[in-house]
Amino acid sequence: MKLKQLEGLLGDLEQFSNPKVELEQYPTGPHIASRMLFTAENSYGDITDKVVADFGCGCGTLSAAAALLDAASVIGFDIDPQSLETATLNAEELEVEIDFVQCDITKLELKGQIVNTVVMNPPFGTRKKGADMEFLSAAMKVASDAVYSLHKTSTREHIKRAALRDFNAKSAEVLCELRYDLPKLYKFHKRKEVDIAVDLWRFEPRQN
Amino acid sequence: MRLITHNMLSCNIKGVTNGFPLRIEAGNVIEKEVEFNPDFLRHMFAKLEWKALVEGARSMGYAELPEDSPDAAVLESDEAFLKKLHHALLELHLEEGALVCPETGRKFPVNKGIPNMLLHEDEV
Repeated sequence: MKLKQLEGLLGDLEQFSNPKVELEQYPTGPHIASRMLFTAENSYGDITDKVVADFGCGCGTLSAAAALLDAASVIGFDIDPQSLETATLNAEELEVEIDFVQCDITKLELKGQIVNTVVMNPPFGTRKKGADMEFLSAAMKVASDAVYSLHKTSTREHIKRAALRDFNAKSAEVLCELRYDLPKLYKFHKRKEVDIAVDLWRFEPRQN
Repeated sequence: MRLITHNMLSCNIKGVTNGFPLRIEAGNVIEKEVEFNPDFLRHMFAKLEWKALVEGARSMGYAELPEDSPDAAVLESDEAFLKKLHHALLELHLEEGALVCPETGRKFPVNKGIPNMLLHEDEV
């Protein structure tokens, strides 16, 4: 599948109808999502024929991208039942198979080594402090091969240090810096649109 | 929820040490065909909790998997076995039912294919 085609398909997905600010629910736009997964597959072979988990899947954009790039199996995890309903509809629309699990990812322990790759656009930690680190820690325990994650560029040094020192990372690399367009979603947003610098990270866990 | 997902889920209630595998109470199971990928199955095989898969499949109405985990050699030559593994792992969907903790009996409901693994305040 070509990148443009992937981006087009992701652009048609339903997004949050009533985003919950305390969960930092923001859609992962098709531009970022398509590039993230495309890179994961084309540069590293981490998606096709692999078991891919999407932590904090929301409406399932990253999960859908993984499925469209022929992951062998995709599982999306989220705490919010409404988002999971939307994600289910999105998967049906695209005619892809995605399993969804409702849970608190920070309290979930997944058994075994089945998951090859974790992809995620986790909360940045602006509402619940440290949420970004909790998601990263959880992902590093689950993935056998790689974790792809988006974090604010302003946290770059902090993330790198924590990943290598505390979260069992063999490597922690910023693949690229992206501008994340956040449309005005919440009443307290003053500007019509805001642009945040985010890093696309690739982490490799050490073998257990 | 398919059995590949079930194979990694366990009960995370505080203090529980034997929370895996979750017993399946099947209310509604549907079957959806997906493309057969033998190489994927060969890679996956060693990572599966075999007993959990066999029991899970049986609970969902599919009893064709051998009780004992076969030799790796079987994977190379026996396509019939691979097709059974494929079917059990990827084509059976639990739409309605529950996942039950083997230690506490706590039921995690499954609705519209989605298991709800959220813990109550006193379970965390």
